[in-house]
Amino acid sequence: MYKIITKQELAAKIKLLEVNAPDIAAKAKPGQFIILVVDETGERIPLTIADYNIVKGTVTFIFNEVGKTTKQLGSLNEGDSIVNIAGPLGVPSEIKKFGRVLCVGGGVMIAPLHLQVKALREAGNDVTTVIGARGEDLLIFEQKMKKVSNKVYIVTDDGSRGFKGFDFLKELLKAESFQRAIVMGPVIMMETVSEISKSFNIPTMVTVTPIMVDGMGMCGVCRVTVGGETKFACIDGPEFDGHQVDFEELVKRQRLFLPEERLSSMFWEKLGGGCHRER
Amino acid sequence: MPKQKPEIRKHNFNEVALGYTADQAVAEAERCLQCPKPQCVSGCPVEIEIPDFIRLIKERQFDEAVKEVKRRNSLPAICGRVCPQEEQCQQQCVMGKAGEPINIGRLERFVADYEMNRGTSTISKQEPTGKKVAVVGAGPAGLTAAAELVKLGHEVVIFEALHKPGGVLIYGIPEFRLPKRIVAAEADYVKRLGASIETNALIGRLFTIPELLVNRFDAVFVGTGAGLPQFLKLPGENLGGIYSANEFLIRVNLMKSYAFPEYDTPIRIGKKVAVIGAGNVAMDSARSALRLGADTVYIVYRRSKAEMPARAEEVENAEEEGIIFKLLTNPTKFFGDEKGWVKHMECIEMQLGETDESGRRRPSPVEGSEFLMDVDTVIIAVGRTPNPIIQRTTKGLETTKWGTIKAEEETGKTSLPGVYAGGDIVTGEATVIKAMGAGKKAARAIHQYLASQK
Ligand SMILES: Cc1cc2nc3c(=O)[nH]c(=O)nc-3n(C[C@H](O)[C@H](O)[C@H](O)COP(=O)(O)OP(=O)(O)OC[C@H]3O[C@@H](n4cnc5c(N)ncnc54)[C@H](O)[C@@H]3O)c2cc1C
Ligand SMILES: Cc1cc2nc3c(=O)[nH]c(=O)nc-3n(C[C@H](O)[C@H](O)[C@H](O)COP(=O)(O)OP(=O)(O)OC[C@H]3O[C@@H](n4cnc5c(N)ncnc54)[C@H](O)[C@@H]3O)c2cc1C
Ligand code: FES
Repeated sequence: MYKIITKQELAAKIKLLEVNAPDIAAKAKPGQFIILVVDETGERIPLTIADYNIVKGTVTFIFNEVGKTTKQLGSLNEGDSIVNIAGPLGVPSEIKKFGRVLCVGGGVMIAPLHLQVKALREAGNDVTTVIGARGEDLLIFEQKMKKVSNKVYIVTDDGSRGFKGFDFLKELLKAESFQRAIVMGPVIMMETVSEISKSFNIPTMVTVTPIMVDGMGMCGVCRVTVGGETKFACIDGPEFDGHQVDFEELVKRQRLFLPEERLSSMFWEKLGGGCHRER
Repeated sequence: MPKQKPEIRKHNFNEVALGYTADQAVAEAERCLQCPKPQCVSGCPVEIEIPDFIRLIKERQFDEAVKEVKRRNSLPAICGRVCPQEEQCQQQCVMGKAGEPINIGRLERFVADYEMNRGTSTISKQEPTGKKVAVVGAGPAGLTAAAELVKLGHEVVIFEALHKPGGVLIYGIPEFRLPKRIVAAEADYVKRLGASIETNALIGRLFTIPELLVNRFDAVFVGTGAGLPQFLKLPGENLGGIYSANEFLIRVNLMKSYAFPEYDTPIRIGKKVAVIGAGNVAMDSARSALRLGADTVYIVYRRSKAEMPARAEEVENAEEEGIIFKLLTNPTKFFGDEKGWVKHMECIEMQLGETDESGRRRPSPVEGSEFLMDVDTVIIAVGRTPNPIIQRTTKGLETTKWGTIKAEEETGKTSLPGVYAGGDIVTGEATVIKAMGAGKKAARAIHQYLASQK
């Protein structure tokens, strides 16, 4: 059992949980993830480690309530427990001195990106960060990012804050040079940014988030095509070369169980959707 | 032994083989000749004193019989169900020379179930040695090594990456062949012996082997199995509806997706399912697909019936349930619909030529014989390779070109001092009982190693 120490709502449907998991906290590195099971009948879902605290023995993750499991997770409170958390999983990000690094984060993935930005700064890099969301009200971690980055740009899909869309990146990359780009966020955003960075020859790492089950290489559902080869995101990734990933296939494979996911969500809401816990 | 009828069982996940009643077990035991030099024992990888426990059944001393079995085998309810006895103890049985060998496996299952139903197992504690051993992986190899080591008085912690212990027994072999409550009960027995099990612990990431040895343990046993699915590397293989057998079976068994949406993990099964391969894993996948509601299930295999690696009994079960065998057929390509879901599978006919190194006739494609099959689910069951994380994260641990860990056959000793390995991680895909045999041998070797370290 893994006890929830802190819960916060960062924006509509975006929640933060800090849980007690000292062994995982002691080993976690930026870029890694955990797999959790909320209760006895639960599914295994992956979430990126957004922060860890070795002294307190806690791990933090931040998630979007998109379906049954994340909604159920969001209905838990401080003091409640999660039955299973396995981690840290995946290959840690490469952290070293690259020079000038461009970090681009979208949606909830801004949180784990923050961990990387921090580590990259500590390794002596100059980090320019771009954070994006659908609209201003969904933007998270702005102040935290400003603290750790050399410069922060803001992008929204609807233009309610900062730049509207990623076109401005082209201007930025024309004006300034970068030795590496790190992109974490929705597939469409990672694809757009990778296309732009490719035309400027900037080595670019993206974090892919396919469907996963075991997270230790045993099922192959997380397979992604990278440079024409099949890779397992859970043990070979989740970070891959953004110029090589087959994003179109990734999106299709993420949607494989859409009808079942809807059914699962409806079924849960019918049963009371978290309210039943207060009975 | 009584079985559920095919037309009924193909719609449920309940156990197919129903097991002996006490009278049936005694009657079977009475057929045993109690040979003075029993051949059966030599066929048993864990050396159960077979005639002794059969005699006790004959005398209706069922409690004593199960004690006798458990002296040598900590997981009898499992072995009684899934061991290929026809190639082991029963193949050696003198009675088999003239007619039907004694059904040793079914008798083993009977005594184990008898005890489980009565809940009488007694456990005697050993004098603690003060030594600590880490066991990595809670499959049959790890559970057996752990049971033997605690019986010898060592403190044992089993680290398992998944959220439940059992390895293939819990995530791979379906409920209708091996009920999960039995796996849970046998894993629990190992705990009651005194071993502790830490689930959700992926060794190599949470702790590395060198860290375990430096900080907490005097020796390590690695039994991480061969769980990495192999794919065919054919065009279209990443389409929706194409599962590795492992993904399919993990969803169905470990995550219980046959009870979706009561259980959260979904599985989608179409009307026409093709399972590629003809081993036990393929049979389990095909029979599970049928139970999930598929109309037609094919086994697609590139050689002929004679070369099929599955146990004869499982092939027979599959045939009885209506699985269609498309032999001498090999897939070449998959085609999908606009949503990226598999729709057709292109296959080619095969013919058998010269005998190859494996002793089987080599299949080759018949030119121009390509044809299309309508399918909406494909399950690929063509083999599994070793779990790689330990090998990738343990410096100095020697491996073979197949990715298995190099270990001495008699002791499980690896290239690193204090590190032993056994089961599928060393041999590649094998059997439950071979993995258990390896766990047992390694436990003895670890015991000697620990004694020498004093
Ligand atoms: C390595 C990895 C790290 C991840 N890190 C995070 C994280 O830090 N925060 C976070 O909020 N999410 C993260 N995800 C995605 C997260 O696992 C899914 O959102 C979650 O499994 C959804 O479960 P559910 O039952 O709530 O929704 P479901 O009912 O399963 O799905 C609801 C909707 O979400 C979509 N969806 C499902 N799975 C994914 C996925 N893997 N990626 C994108 N969309 C998906 C579905 O298409 C569907 O529209 C990560 C995924 C991976 C593989
Ligand atoms: C579908 C199927 C049906 C089968 N049917 C039969 C049958 O009828 N009869 C028979 O005799 N054999 C059968 N087999 C083969 C048999 O199950 C295996 O040979 C046997 O389970 C091997 O045991 P093991 O302990 O070596 O490995 P496994 O059973 O694979 O167990 C290994 C365990 O280690 C864990 N692990 C892996 N890596 C790590 C890590 N880094 N840290 C922590 N834990 C880790 C895994 O999660 C797993 O639980 C079947 C196999 C399959 C897949
Ligand atoms: S999640 Fe199963 S292999 Fe990656």
